[in-house]
Amino acid sequence: MPEVSYYPGCSLEATAKDYAESVEGVCEALDIKLRELPDWNCCGASAAHSLDHKAALNLGARNLALAGQGPSPLVVPCALCYNRLASARHELMEGDELIIDEIKAMGGDYAGVQVVELNDYLSSPQVTALVKQRAVGQDLSGLKAVCYYGCQGQRPPAITGKTDYENPQGLDRLLSALGVTVIDWPFKTDCCGASHSVARPDLVFTLVARLYERALAQGANCIVTGCQMCQANLDMYQEEIAKQMGKDVYLPVLYFTEVMGLALGIDETPKWLKRHLVSPKGLLEQAQLPRQTWERL
Amino acid sequence: MSQPIAGAPNGESPSLDRPQAPSPEQAIRPDGRWLAQVEAASGVSAGACYGCKKCSNGCPLSFAMDLHPYQVVRYLQLGQMDKLEGSATVWICASCQTCLTRCPNQVDLPRLMDWLKQELVRRGQAAPEEKVRLFHQLFLKGVAKRGRVFEGELMAGYMLKTGGAFGPEAIKNARMGLTMLRKGRLKLIPARTKDRRWLKALFNEPKGGSHA
Repeated sequence: MPEVSYYPGCSLEATAKDYAESVEGVCEALDIKLRELPDWNCCGASAAHSLDHKAALNLGARNLALAGQGPSPLVVPCALCYNRLASARHELMEGDELIIDEIKAMGGDYAGVQVVELNDYLSSPQVTALVKQRAVGQDLSGLKAVCYYGCQGQRPPAITGKTDYENPQGLDRLLSALGVTVIDWPFKTDCCGASHSVARPDLVFTLVARLYERALAQGANCIVTGCQMCQANLDMYQEEIAKQMGKDVYLPVLYFTEVMGLALGIDETPKWLKRHLVSPKGLLEQAQLPRQTWERL
Repeated sequence: MSQPIAGAPNGESPSLDRPQAPSPEQAIRPDGRWLAQVEAASGVSAGACYGCKKCSNGCPLSFAMDLHPYQVVRYLQLGQMDKLEGSATVWICASCQTCLTRCPNQVDLPRLMDWLKQELVRRGQAAPEEKVRLFHQLFLKGVAKRGRVFEGELMAGYMLKTGGAFGPEAIKNARMGLTMLRKGRLKLIPARTKDRRWLKALFNEPKGGSHA
């Protein structure tokens, strides 16, 4: 299996540590070598593109310059980082007048870097076939999952190059192949409110409540995502949002890589799941997964 | 705040009485020169909008906006920048890209919203969503310092400035902080990029007008 450049992003060093560990664990089990960009920097997130366009472009350009020196493609687990890097690349194809000399001097071929979202990379037919081959035969059909892709990995298609951006299928196909009961739903790419969780949590609560309502109405018992911002917004405030909805909500929010961990029988999987605020213990027990996957959650 | 716009989400219900014709002083005098300037500065062809409102029908956050996205574009087309100065809309936009994706004329609204935020800040306008602006500002300050985000410092700084470090909010915030720490999802030692010379060159430049 190939070696790829890897840009983890700041969240995966902290709030999304569970995601980081599961990405590394799964790639190791699949013999995919993740070569972390040496001395990478923050993508700038919403803050940079909102307040300082030039900074946003330069932050992206430096990472692209670093990636140009390593293996291709550049794989990015965080949907927002992915979007920022792909946007920077897109804009740099037009010219680099806004790029400061210090970054230009790195001599990167920004536009030549292929930026790929991790969930696309891991749900490709080749990797899916490999996962199926190495799966330990775990029955995952008790997981009734809706796949939640969020915004930034899909849109705008002019940047992401995707064709199924209104109804993406990658995670659905991957999880189906692993035996998960995947449930279709219309909110796959609806916004969770992202960084508004800090300054305007009321907005995030409204948007996330809609997602919960719909996921429950479709008969899901968990939500599977490939975006750490979505995971945080759906996982961290579930109790409070449920109270505001006046409803019982129990919907563990799993990373797709954690589900892959269960399928591949990776021993560390419970360690990742333990970091969630909505404990997946009840879900895994009810789904009749082996005791060792949930007893210590 | 400007007057509520009839038909806007949080405005009054539109009156069914026939509106009075505006006096010559009240009449809108479209200023097309402004549109050309906005297009050149933002790189967004706002003039291509023909008002189909697809952007606003699909916008997940329009419920919290005082102007619908298409109204923002329309005011820009008419040269009425003053209507946007007190508007929350540009700060409420989460840049989810739904509008651009569905726009038949590919008007890049998220980019236009970003340009407007920067233009309004440059003009010294107080942001109606001051907390949103503050969060972005603190985030960027941290990036300028270390090259990476240190979430712990960012949240602590934000709470100190907004009162979340005191009173009833503080208990809730502290509880969440402790939970995240217990779950191993709160980093106590900041990460940083080793090479930081480029950060100085990038962020020590005079602010404003940096949007090409």
